[in-house]
Amino acid sequence: MTPLEADSFVNAAAAYVHIPFCSAICPYCDFAVVAGQDDMVDRYVAAVRSEIEMAEPWRPLDAVYFGGGTPSHVAASLLASILESLAAKHGIADGAELSLEANPEDFTPGYAGELYAAGFNRVSFGGQSFDTAVLSDLGRRHGPGQIDSSIDAARRAGFENVSIDLIYGTPGETDRSWDGSLTRAVNLEAPHVSAYALTVEKGTPLGRAVAGGAEPPDPDIQADRYEHADRRLAGAGLTRYEVSNWARPGYECRYNLTVWAQGEYEAYGNGAHGFRYGRRFRNHRRLQAYLGAIESGRCPRAGEDLIAGWDAELDRLFVGLRRTVGVSSGAGTEALLASVEGRILVEVGIIHDDNERLTVTTPLLTDAVHRSVLGQMPPIVMGDGDA
Amino acid sequence: MTDQTRIRNFSIIAHIDHGKSTLADRLLEMTGAVTEREMREQLLDTMDLERERGITIKAQTVRLEHTSADGEGYVLNLIDTPGHVDFSYEVSRSLAACEGALLLVDAVQGVQAQTLANCYLAIDAGLEVIPAINKIDLPAADPERAAGEVVGIIGGSPNDVLRISAKTGRGVDDLLETLVKEVPPPRGDPEAPLRALVFDSYFDAYRGVVCYVRVVDGNLDSGDRLRFMATQEVHEADEIGFLTPKAKPVARMGPGEVGYLITGVKEIDRIKVGDTITGARRPADEALPGYSEPKPMVFSGLFPTDGDDFEKLREALEKLRLNDASLAWEPETSKALGFGFRCGFLGLLHMEIVRERLEREYDLDLVATAPSVAYRVTLSDGEVRELKSPQDLPDLTERTAIAEPYVKAMILTPTEYVGPIMELATTRRAVIGNMNYLSPERVELDFEIPLAEIVFDFFDLLKSKTKGYASLDYEPAGYKRSDLVKVDILLNSQPVDAFSAIVHRENAQEYGKKMTSRLRTLIPRQLFDVPIQAAIGGRIISRETVRATRKDVTAKCYGGDISRKKKLLQRQKEGKKRMKMVGSVEVPQEAFVAALKVDDEL
Repeated sequence: MTPLEADSFVNAAAAYVHIPFCSAICPYCDFAVVAGQDDMVDRYVAAVRSEIEMAEPWRPLDAVYFGGGTPSHVAASLLASILESLAAKHGIADGAELSLEANPEDFTPGYAGELYAAGFNRVSFGGQSFDTAVLSDLGRRHGPGQIDSSIDAARRAGFENVSIDLIYGTPGETDRSWDGSLTRAVNLEAPHVSAYALTVEKGTPLGRAVAGGAEPPDPDIQADRYEHADRRLAGAGLTRYEVSNWARPGYECRYNLTVWAQGEYEAYGNGAHGFRYGRRFRNHRRLQAYLGAIESGRCPRAGEDLIAGWDAELDRLFVGLRRTVGVSSGAGTEALLASVEGRILVEVGIIHDDNERLTVTTPLLTDAVHRSVLGQMPPIVMGDGDA
Repeated sequence: MTDQTRIRNFSIIAHIDHGKSTLADRLLEMTGAVTEREMREQLLDTMDLERERGITIKAQTVRLEHTSADGEGYVLNLIDTPGHVDFSYEVSRSLAACEGALLLVDAVQGVQAQTLANCYLAIDAGLEVIPAINKIDLPAADPERAAGEVVGIIGGSPNDVLRISAKTGRGVDDLLETLVKEVPPPRGDPEAPLRALVFDSYFDAYRGVVCYVRVVDGNLDSGDRLRFMATQEVHEADEIGFLTPKAKPVARMGPGEVGYLITGVKEIDRIKVGDTITGARRPADEALPGYSEPKPMVFSGLFPTDGDDFEKLREALEKLRLNDASLAWEPETSKALGFGFRCGFLGLLHMEIVRERLEREYDLDLVATAPSVAYRVTLSDGEVRELKSPQDLPDLTERTAIAEPYVKAMILTPTEYVGPIMELATTRRAVIGNMNYLSPERVELDFEIPLAEIVFDFFDLLKSKTKGYASLDYEPAGYKRSDLVKVDILLNSQPVDAFSAIVHRENAQEYGKKMTSRLRTLIPRQLFDVPIQAAIGGRIISRETVRATRKDVTAKCYGGDISRKKKLLQRQKEGKKRMKMVGSVEVPQEAFVAALKVDDEL
């Protein structure tokens, strides 16, 4: 993907739909999720559709992403009904990417067929690992074989664009088992792979376990695994286009490309985050709070931040620098490069500037770059100088 | 004016927590100086810190009126003394204002080193020492043992040692009678020119400097023009009076009397404790003996954690100095710690108290560099220079010798800890002197030791090796040449001045190793490898490396949750702002504190 193509997604129109339901909550997960509340699904889907109804009409969407939670935990007909609402409100552009996250634990050929018939054209599987022990440590409820069969089911139903998520650095995982997982993913010839380091989040069972003395993931080992993944996937023709995402050319996730290009996207559902009218907004995270707002006709927003002026420039760098193509030069990159922090980043080879674009050359240190970006001041201070 | 035969001037010598303040309160109450309603618990200790630590930092003084069993009225001037070795000069001046001293010993703990040291001061000053065992009401009290120890120091019979409970008031009547009987009355010459001793002073926001004085000879009259013999300043006696304990102005103070003097002087350092006051018109020929300038013994750099607090720190130091003329400082710049002050203290406790007061009363967050002593360096040209900071040490080629201050230390300990104490002392370059048994269970150990060896962590180690039973006191014992070297600590090849230390050559390797390995665990990984080295001159004696961070990235940006991640990183960035930059290395404030913290590894 050329930098120009990547940047062009700033003009895309995208939407995110959150489906919080899961069969069980994984110990490392800190997303807005619920388990054991399947009786709420119908009510929730109705609420999401109401939220879409209430939205200002936009233009036909170029990308829709159903994330979770586990979208595949919900009947295909219900997901289809949400797609219908989106189509009715905004329209769906020709060739749009309609993606959903799916769990291999219960992804049947029948279900795949229904999704495809409903219009979905991309499935991202939460495979996480092909090592039974690691899957068990991660609290996953599927076996490696179910990843294979899920992808097979998706392909038979017509999905060509499939992705596999992997998690590395679980204590107990070995170099060998990680290499084994990568090999199986590569052999499945999925055109898109995401690989995430296991992250210990506060408030999760994993977070509590680590606080209580359980072994945390080792960042150096995770760095080794990341570098190994990058080599292994590159060797299989998958190019890294973002910190944690690899794809064959043309299979990059367009919804994510939109987010990273600072494009705008609608967001529906509890805990969903969007970016519209220059504002980054978030919905109520708690399911009841979200339902309560929608059902009494109120806006489900929990808050929003206006991203304008200098903030918008830093925001462009913030999202864009996660991409391999980096960001085009501008006031923000100039300020960064002129700062002491920026000069150190260049000197030790963490960022690279070729006058046209600024890129992060060591993606594992992206947060360090981000922190430097956030502190930059606008080059010219307007006003009477008494600030 | 009181007849000298009716005056008794005395101090109470006691270890921390042995009940001096409680006894003072009881005396105030029983002599009617303070009614019960007015009585605050431990009236004489007014500062919060004193209450908390149970020590008296600034002496206060009170005039008590007592009708004795013989029906005669007496004036008892209780001259309070600061209770710690660091203030031994102040103690000696307080004692110089007395004829007697009450040696108060805890019936549970027995004699402690500091009591012993002050008791020797009292004996040397020719005071009548009256021993009393306090806290006899406690279940664990062993008054016989304590009395035996006391007799071992001052002689006499254990039966003559008073037994009291300051808390319940038991035995305090007897004590008052004994004071009247045993403490000699002052024998000043009422006809001689005025000589009065300034034995303490404090700053009052409204009145300026208030001096506590003891008239020795002649009369001190309100309105007199007075000459301070050491400073050669002349001031007028705006107001004189007694402390009852409330200030009660009087027109005249005769020989033997104790009270306060206000001259209108606003700067505490213009009045020297130990100075002699005489009349400007009819001056005495000779000052009272014993005046000297208290000299700082221990130095430490104090730096505000937040560089913006520099002025606040300066103001706080100035305010503290209003009441503590011995506190000295000069601005200091550290590459690592920014702007701060090199402060001189009378001793370790003094340093700790000042630091605590700055942090607590002035709400400052401080980093203190490792305490050091005043080294004397002989330069190639023969000049001798005093070093307050290791950074000031001239190069090897520019100096011919370094001398360091020694102290005569005295430890009182139960006999079972003699072994561990000897071991500790020997590793600290001490030369063991006498061993005196106070009783079969308790022994006094004397030795000479470089002050530098005890300023760091000796107290803590002594405490831990003796389960807190040993006590230590020390006094200056001059300078001696030593084989000393300066160890520098380099971060990423840049010396970090705050970590430089002057140590004995034999300990240099160990110091270097300890600091480098400690810093390796304290300094977070950076974006590049950070070598940590210890060096003497250009020679590296120890090296460690903090490996570069390899992973500093959020794996997943869930659902486009940009705002949350920004806030998270912003918070991390705020955290980094509190770090000090040493070159391009970010060092957390805690690393400085932790690296300089005393420990029991050495």
